[in-house]
Amino acid sequence: MRANTWAGRNKVEVRDVPDPRILNNRDAIVRITSTAICGSDLHLVDGYVPTMQNGDILGHEFMGEVIEVGSGVPADKLRVGDRVVVPFPIACGACAACAAELYSCCENTNPNAVIAEKMFGHPVAGIFGYSHLTGGFAGGQAQYARVPFADVGPLRIESDLTDEQVLFLSDILPTGYMGAEMCDIQPSDVVAVWGAGPVGQFAMDSARVLGAAKVIAIDKEPYRLRMAEQAGHIPVNFDEVDVRSMLLELTGGRGPDKCIDAVGLEADHGSAHIAAYDRVKQAVRSETERPHALRQAILSCRSGGVVSVIGVYGGLLDKFPAGAWMNRSLTLRTGQCHVQRYMEPLLGRIERGEIDPTRIITHTLPLDEAERGFEIFKNKQDDCEKVVLKP
Amino acid sequence: MELTATTTIRKPAPEVYAFWRDLENLPTFMAHLEEVRATGDRTSHWSAAAPFGTSVAWDAEIIEEVPADKIAWRSTGDADVPNAGTVRFVPAPDGVSTEVHVVLVYEIPGGAVGKAVAKYFGEEPHQQLDDDLRRLKQVLETGEVVRSDGAPWGKRARKEFPQRPAQPLSDAELEKGADA
Ligand SMILES: NC(=O)c1ccc[n+]([C@@H]2O[C@H](COP(=O)([O-])OP(=O)(O)OC[C@H]3O[C@@H](n4cnc5c(N)ncnc54)[C@H](O)[C@@H]3O)[C@@H](O)[C@H]2O)c1
Ligand SMILES: [Zn+2]
Ligand SMILES: [Zn+2]
Repeated sequence: MRANTWAGRNKVEVRDVPDPRILNNRDAIVRITSTAICGSDLHLVDGYVPTMQNGDILGHEFMGEVIEVGSGVPADKLRVGDRVVVPFPIACGACAACAAELYSCCENTNPNAVIAEKMFGHPVAGIFGYSHLTGGFAGGQAQYARVPFADVGPLRIESDLTDEQVLFLSDILPTGYMGAEMCDIQPSDVVAVWGAGPVGQFAMDSARVLGAAKVIAIDKEPYRLRMAEQAGHIPVNFDEVDVRSMLLELTGGRGPDKCIDAVGLEADHGSAHIAAYDRVKQAVRSETERPHALRQAILSCRSGGVVSVIGVYGGLLDKFPAGAWMNRSLTLRTGQCHVQRYMEPLLGRIERGEIDPTRIITHTLPLDEAERGFEIFKNKQDDCEKVVLKP
Repeated sequence: MELTATTTIRKPAPEVYAFWRDLENLPTFMAHLEEVRATGDRTSHWSAAAPFGTSVAWDAEIIEEVPADKIAWRSTGDADVPNAGTVRFVPAPDGVSTEVHVVLVYEIPGGAVGKAVAKYFGEEPHQQLDDDLRRLKQVLETGEVVRSDGAPWGKRARKEFPQRPAQPLSDAELEKGADA
């Protein structure tokens, strides 16, 4: 089959690879009809996630048709011919983490738990196409994929919704939603979202659906901010204005009640920073720009507020503003999304028209053009927001 | 050499105990064991993979068993590597799970055998037992040892890097199997 693979830092390559087979009884094989490129894939390609290997198949956002099931998959759960969306964390459904609906922390699905444990203190679940640290599972930017624990993860789509309407249930819609849910949103809340990428856009839509009074979008890409504005959110361009002053202005000096980091470890450092923010920055002796969005979210959030982190962090973070966090009673919440927890309720919201996931799709390309897809998504060319690949 | 490891399994203690008490189950999750055969109610014959494709075998007996609570065993006769083990099953505070606490003791001889054993366990000997217990947990909670493309051979998963890439196995690799 054809599959998009990691070919070293800053390089992906669509190659011919063997077709997947059933390896465990509860596996299924899915023929992929739609798959997407995610901001998380950029962290892999940019070389920020260790344990990638040349030839690793990328992709963790995919859906398609079940063409084979293992002997351990009960027929009432999944059958050949079913149309399914596959959640990106691989979860067993039986361990204590799964019982607590913490699917991305599943204790059984990462055969390389030992490596994850060394880096993170405790292991994390297996994830499709997302390094050997999370198990070394082939990903879904391919014609076919092996889906372990097929009786637990995949969501069957029985209505005639299009692929484009349901594909993002695999990751970014639940992720954005979880980002907003962790904010415990009240009707009076102003919610600020750092990052107007696909995940940020869905965090904004979710914050609105959950009843926020006002949702603010922070980014520097005019076309992404326009997209957020068209969806009813308030744009703030960090390349043009000082974010902190603008957030104070927009909240009568209080600061946003809830802040969502949908940027992660590759944040850009804005250029227009006035003295007030720089002084704070100096006080915390900021050295690396990387967690810039997170720092800014913590410093901007009103006292007693929530900072919800869905942007990905992989290792160690320099100059964490612990003083602001502690002294101002902030709550920090985070996680790789527990996708399985949100798929069904969000499918309901899509069916009822409360959320339109298709609004972020700007490019649809054949799988063989994955390399170009990565390029335009990464470099924000051609007003690219989200690329869907068709195998 | 004494190795200890522990894990928590979301199954009641009698079930976890019963699985372990059937010593023939041990090779499903303990990487170094090839086979354990019961030879009597409390006696058994064990064989393990040794370096250079050879294998070592010894007899063992259960010296203590308390249902749902504890099993202790030791090698008998002239085992190349005399060894003993204890496993305790402790109900976890959540009321559903069982803590499994294992202690293994190896009397490492001098000479070539001793060197080979030391090499086998490597620099972090406890890691092997940690991984064994992770697989025990997988087997009891999910029914099988979990396989990925990078680590397709279950308990034979090579821990070292690089692994094979995360892409499906070729026919040739599948045919060769774990010893490829
Ligand atoms: N928690 C999860 O389960 C989960 C799931 C999917 C994605 N993610 C993560 O979410 C993040 C966003 O994903 P995406 O697909 O939207 O990626 P993306 O790269 O398209 O979006 C990131 C956006 O952040 C903007 N940005 C950069 N620096 C900024 C700053 N200082 N302030 C404000 N905005 C800034 C960029 O211009 C870009 O538009 C990534 O880190 C990704 O790995 C997490
Ligand atoms: Zn993703
Ligand atoms: Zn689990």
